[in-house]
Amino acid sequence: MEIIVNGQSQSVPEGFTAAQLVEQMGLGGRRIAMEVNLEIVPRSTYDAHALSSGDKIEIVHAVGGG
Amino acid sequence: MTQMNFDDTPLVIAGKAYHSRLLVGSGKYRDLEETRLATEASGAEIITVAVRRSNIGQNPDEPNLLDAVPPNKYTILPNTAMCYTADDAVRTCMLARELLDGHDLVKLEVLGDEKTLFPDVRQTIKAAETLVTDGFKVMVYTSDDLIIAKELESMGCVAVMPLAAPIGSGLGIRNPYNIQFIIDELKVPVLVDAGVGTASDAAIAMELGCDGVLMNTAIAGAKNPVLMASAMKKAIEAGREAYLAGRMPRKRYASASSPLEGAIA
Repeated sequence: MEIIVNGQSQSVPEGFTAAQLVEQMGLGGRRIAMEVNLEIVPRSTYDAHALSSGDKIEIVHAVGGG
Repeated sequence: MTQMNFDDTPLVIAGKAYHSRLLVGSGKYRDLEETRLATEASGAEIITVAVRRSNIGQNPDEPNLLDAVPPNKYTILPNTAMCYTADDAVRTCMLARELLDGHDLVKLEVLGDEKTLFPDVRQTIKAAETLVTDGFKVMVYTSDDLIIAKELESMGCVAVMPLAAPIGSGLGIRNPYNIQFIIDELKVPVLVDAGVGTASDAAIAMELGCDGVLMNTAIAGAKNPVLMASAMKKAIEAGREAYLAGRMPRKRYASASSPLEGAIA
């Protein structure tokens, strides 16, 4: 299925979870936050959160800023 | 040596007391080591950060900003920089709260123009309303407009932060009278956010009676950021003490410092 991660279209297997996406991106264990279709997905629920085709996902972290 | 005989009160934001009245950003440094050293030299306790997309394929060993400015040592103040709508600013704050394990102090800024980075106060007010209702403690970047500042205070923002000059311009305190109006009328802390270029600008803001100053480029953009951070720390303290001391009145003509009587003739 197709999902959109940080504005980029990506193909992942059916039933792919938020946790699997984070691992695939090499962000496991990092301090990040995730939003799926404008809703926050708490870090504690990544394992249980199955993504759906067409999901729009934002994954963010803290960077330098004023 | 004579003891300084004043008791300054701490800066209290959303119920938490801070001893430093200098707040610093973490952007525009050469690397995270410089960020760490300059932040330390500034003595600041509140550090702003931005929230940005994590890159796909990011190197997992790449150092993280929050390693240089750890949340257990500093109060991290996520901002909504580069948001141009209330909706984007609110989304950014929600992400930041999740990122920082429920920490709900945020710096709200909703911009209205790319060239000046002036705030869009209509969108700012809209976002502040949503955020305050949702339990966020909102420190709000705004124009130096008293009426808007009062509105933001009455809505429940925990600090109002007028600009002194455009973000990153280093032009200094361009309209001290407007900043003064806001200081005089508001009960929540008033901090100058944006415009400071060098130490004297920071001192002027504090002499006006600001509760604090938030800056980033003035430090990160200096030739020696760590030294400038130290200069800013002193300027904030000097300005605060001068404010508390109460300056002498301005006079149009001279007033001799030495006794008039007894000079040789």
